[in-house]
Amino acid sequence: MKLAVKYFGMIAEAIGKQEEQLEITGNSVLEVDVFLKNKYAKLEFLNYKFAVNQVLVDGIKRLKENDEIALLPPFAGG
Amino acid sequence: MSEKKIKNVFVEGAITPLKIADAIAHHQIKTNIGAHDIFLGQVRADEINGKIVKAIDYSAYEEMANKVFDEIREAAFEKYDLTCAHIYHSKGIVKAGELCLFVFTSSKHRAMAFDATRYITEEIKAKAPIFGKEIFEDETHTWKVNK
Repeated sequence: MKLAVKYFGMIAEAIGKQEEQLEITGNSVLEVDVFLKNKYAKLEFLNYKFAVNQVLVDGIKRLKENDEIALLPPFAGG
Repeated sequence: MSEKKIKNVFVEGAITPLKIADAIAHHQIKTNIGAHDIFLGQVRADEINGKIVKAIDYSAYEEMANKVFDEIREAAFEKYDLTCAHIYHSKGIVKAGELCLFVFTSSKHRAMAFDATRYITEEIKAKAPIFGKEIFEDETHTWKVNK
């Protein structure tokens, strides 16, 4: 399925981009994580959480076509 | 359900002392307020592995962060008897010594304002998807992580 993937902070820096459209097999966040770690080996060494459509989710969250999924490194606001 | 407009909390660069003074001035017409409380976050010139932080470059997942700020604000109104609550956070470069966060709560009495300011500030630190690149004097950098 097609997803809009967004990267922030040290994740964006490590993989060299802030967003992209990806065609991904599988329909859970966990499967997207595996897909992305295969594509970007550096992710293996980074700490991040996922948000789907701007809400934090866990790995079993099911995805729909055209969902926006974001990789969020540790927060540093305030 | 009515479409609610989500406020933008982000300010480009540092939050100026003038903005804080203006915010206080704007509340003088609200004469049911008896207590304001303010939290200001300031960028520290931390020393990390022998290098001094000269600025933090803030970035954020802005659409999500603005929703999170809105939820935090709503939750604060549920928990505490507030008249007003305002939150501003910097994006972009904020130099050491400059302000990056301004939380401003107002209530009839002090206890509610004190408690709400602390609640809002802690929630922001834990939940807002904001990222900070700590830039050293030699232009190298590291990524800040909230404790």
